[in-house]
Amino acid sequence: MATQTHMHGRIGESIKRKEDGRFIRGKGNYLDDIELPGMLHMAILRSPHAHARIKSVDTAAASGMPGVIAVVTGELMAQHKLAWMPTLSYDTQAVLATDKVRFQGQEVAAVIADTKYQAEDARDAIVVEYDVLPAVTSPQQAKEAGATLIRDDKENQKDNHIYHWEAGDQATTQAAFAKADKVVRLHTFYPRCHPAPLETCGCIADVNGATGKATVYMTSQAPHAIRTVFALVTGLPEQNIRVISPDIGGGFGNKVPVYPGYVVATAASLLIGRPVKWVEDRSENLISTGFARDFHMTGDLALDKNGKMLALRVHLDSDNGAFFADAQPTKFKAGLFHIVTGSYDIPTAHVTADGYYTNKAPGGVAYRCSFRVTEASYLIERLVSNAAIELGMDQAELRMKNFIQPEQFPYRSATGWVYDSGDYPKAMNVALEQLGYAELRKDVGARRQKGEVTGIGVASFTEVVGAGHGADFDILGLRMFDSAELRVHPTGKALLRMGTKSQGQGHETTFAQIVTEELGIPAADVAVEEGDTDTAPYGLGTYASRSTPVAGAATAMVARKLREKARTIAAHLLEAAEEDLEWDTGRFYVKGSPDKAKTIQEIAFAAYTNVPEGMEAGLEGVHYYDPPNMTYPFGTYAVVVDVDKGTGQVKVRRVVAVDDCGVRINPMIVEGQIHGGLAEGYGIAFMQLITFDAEGNCIGSNFMDYLLPTAWETPQFELGETVTPSPHHPLGAKGVGESPTVGSPAAYVNAVIDALSPYGVTNIDMPVTSDKVWAALRAAGVTE
Amino acid sequence: MKVAMKVNGAERSGDVEPRVLLVDFLRTNLRLTGTHVGCDTSSCGACTVLLDAEPVKSCTVLAVQAEGRSITTVEGLAQGANLSPIQVGFHEEHGLQCGFCTPGMMLVGASLLERNAKPTEEEIRWAISGNICRCTGYMNIVKAIKHAAMLRAAADAESPGRPTVAAATAGGE
Ligand code: FES
Ligand code: FES
Repeated sequence: MATQTHMHGRIGESIKRKEDGRFIRGKGNYLDDIELPGMLHMAILRSPHAHARIKSVDTAAASGMPGVIAVVTGELMAQHKLAWMPTLSYDTQAVLATDKVRFQGQEVAAVIADTKYQAEDARDAIVVEYDVLPAVTSPQQAKEAGATLIRDDKENQKDNHIYHWEAGDQATTQAAFAKADKVVRLHTFYPRCHPAPLETCGCIADVNGATGKATVYMTSQAPHAIRTVFALVTGLPEQNIRVISPDIGGGFGNKVPVYPGYVVATAASLLIGRPVKWVEDRSENLISTGFARDFHMTGDLALDKNGKMLALRVHLDSDNGAFFADAQPTKFKAGLFHIVTGSYDIPTAHVTADGYYTNKAPGGVAYRCSFRVTEASYLIERLVSNAAIELGMDQAELRMKNFIQPEQFPYRSATGWVYDSGDYPKAMNVALEQLGYAELRKDVGARRQKGEVTGIGVASFTEVVGAGHGADFDILGLRMFDSAELRVHPTGKALLRMGTKSQGQGHETTFAQIVTEELGIPAADVAVEEGDTDTAPYGLGTYASRSTPVAGAATAMVARKLREKARTIAAHLLEAAEEDLEWDTGRFYVKGSPDKAKTIQEIAFAAYTNVPEGMEAGLEGVHYYDPPNMTYPFGTYAVVVDVDKGTGQVKVRRVVAVDDCGVRINPMIVEGQIHGGLAEGYGIAFMQLITFDAEGNCIGSNFMDYLLPTAWETPQFELGETVTPSPHHPLGAKGVGESPTVGSPAAYVNAVIDALSPYGVTNIDMPVTSDKVWAALRAAGVTE
Repeated sequence: MKVAMKVNGAERSGDVEPRVLLVDFLRTNLRLTGTHVGCDTSSCGACTVLLDAEPVKSCTVLAVQAEGRSITTVEGLAQGANLSPIQVGFHEEHGLQCGFCTPGMMLVGASLLERNAKPTEEEIRWAISGNICRCTGYMNIVKAIKHAAMLRAAADAESPGRPTVAAATAGGE
């Protein structure tokens, strides 16, 4: 047997990123860096009120200002049947308001001018008269009898209720609760936060009047889906629409939806015949684009006296804002929230959810999250830790006792999910070991004796990522498959194009490595392109940790197709039978005579110069991959905190994160993703809050009010891993980008609650700020 | 009004309104788009440039305030094809993901190393605390700056008296 050739960049190797070169030279090509000849600039006028009837919009003064080309109002959009657009959740959303404004920051009018400064000046000269209406700022208010009707534009809408949704089995759950020794309840609010990628959203619409071709550069995580939505909204033929996502400065779910600004800029370019650029500023980003969470959740966990979990009952009220514009698979009204039984073998569960309109920004997005799994994981992990405290059990031990066991996979959960693989006790053990849990527990005890407030939090999350399969998961009917097209050139270099879109995840490196693994072409020789709908194969985009599970699988599959063709060519070149050939990364050789071999580069050349009789020339292919199931990454996170009794300040002393995301393609990139998610989880747990006053004014509309973690607050992270491959993914990979934001908030908060548990504290809603901790300590009679 | 300054070692000038921000002058007039805008309220540091070798947030400086002064942007870090130690550090230690914060982070890091050749973890974290990164969780950014410190120390050991980034770009060609 020939020994394996060493090939640079195979799976499991932490090669440096191929995309870095342009970014470290300041030569990235982000949306706002693009300048087209004759380009105009657009600024949007937004509502200062959360709820008001529009009496008049006076654009006369604005229209006459220097550089102004056009002022666009809702009325003008209505003349073109574009004042409203469909949302990703089968609702409608105002593009520019015509009747009422329904949230602060809603789009009212737009100015197109020669420069950005001129557009903003004229925007400020538009005069709008409003009749202010009472604002509804929570689901509790929304469902009150006599609450102001927000969506009076919808014919059959008589109240502010959007949907009711259920999963699981009510009868068996009730029966199990009746027999329980112990029921633990947690009511907690997962507040609204915002993904706030460092680059805001924007577009440049360039409609060519002569050809009818509309090219739209857009900060989009899902350019193909956007193209189809645009075709449906505008009526333009789809082949005349080209969406290009250039380099993206972070997305985290915020860049999945279609925003009104995109539609207005495209309509303006169509009418004016010149390119129109719109880039929102930070406040616009925070007050009007896709928010996250805003779930009011109540969970009841039934246990027997030994701590065995019997049943779970959950109700949630979802605050969806003024338009139901959640970006999630069509079938599931509350996303994938019903994964809420988490890592535990809970025989029965019942989940109910109700969505409500409020006078807040619309568009619940999966912020570094697979469609509401973050809220679900937070609830169950908090609930289990609280149960441990109430039962007087250790929180790790209670988890161990109830984990789904390795031999139970594939495991069907009480709400219908089929978990692909896992070894939860192992991940827990690695985390406890790495933390030195037993010793630390003793240390916590000793410190508490001395009057210190300190605690350890554990969370053992299970994620559900990698949508589809297409039969169950779709966006507006588009099945959630993904794609890869691979072209191997005559010189043996390759071009890989995909339907996904990197926003910093390192696709240009990771996916090249998959080609290296499967075809033996060095990663350096594989160019990866995404984001141009005229050239890339159709795909549903990058969010919900789906790129590696879906497009990564497509890449492996297309490379394998080409390898089979390469085998036929090699047999022809070597004058051997195909079945006598062995594959050794990068070459085929004749069994028993390793010197009789053809490299993939030689084979690629032959594919264009010397193919066997009757074979099509070329070495190219495309694969559309519809996964048979989701993947289920998991892990255990453990956090140690110290609380200052005098100020309520929480200091995170340690964070240990053990992740199992199956096979890791580039471990360096995987770890980078985990670091980033743990920092965002820290921000969500302690800092990041979008809230509203009684009038519906958004508090958190800039980075001075919406606090993001800097290097100063962010703790150090200690990572660990276990590897349980996905049995159905061609490479065994599961996806990782979101695990740390899904798993860590509960670990951080559990640590604080553990620290405060001696004082009877069972809940503090996020963000866990010093003032809340201080108040909880004072309420418990702690002074100092 | 007319404004003239030295940018990455070259004399540059333009005609701008007095209210034009330095970041807009760099990005729009000079087409140096490596300097980014993340917030325009001095909160994120994406727009950081060096003004006479000191990091400033160019969204909060008027172009006219830079009159006659010397600016270094990310485009001025490399000397031709040769990357500067800070750029090498970010690449080697995976100090960037989406790359949007990276120019600002690198300039702050480079200026820290001019003042403090061997900063501690804490000193680095404090120095970059005016710059937000949404992707990396900062661990690898800290490592990247340490890596650059190591490269500079190694280069100094070989050829003492090497000119600094800011001095090189301030000096002109
Ligand atoms: S853009 Fe200047 S600090 Fe954010
Ligand atoms: S790398 Fe994306 S913001 Fe820092």
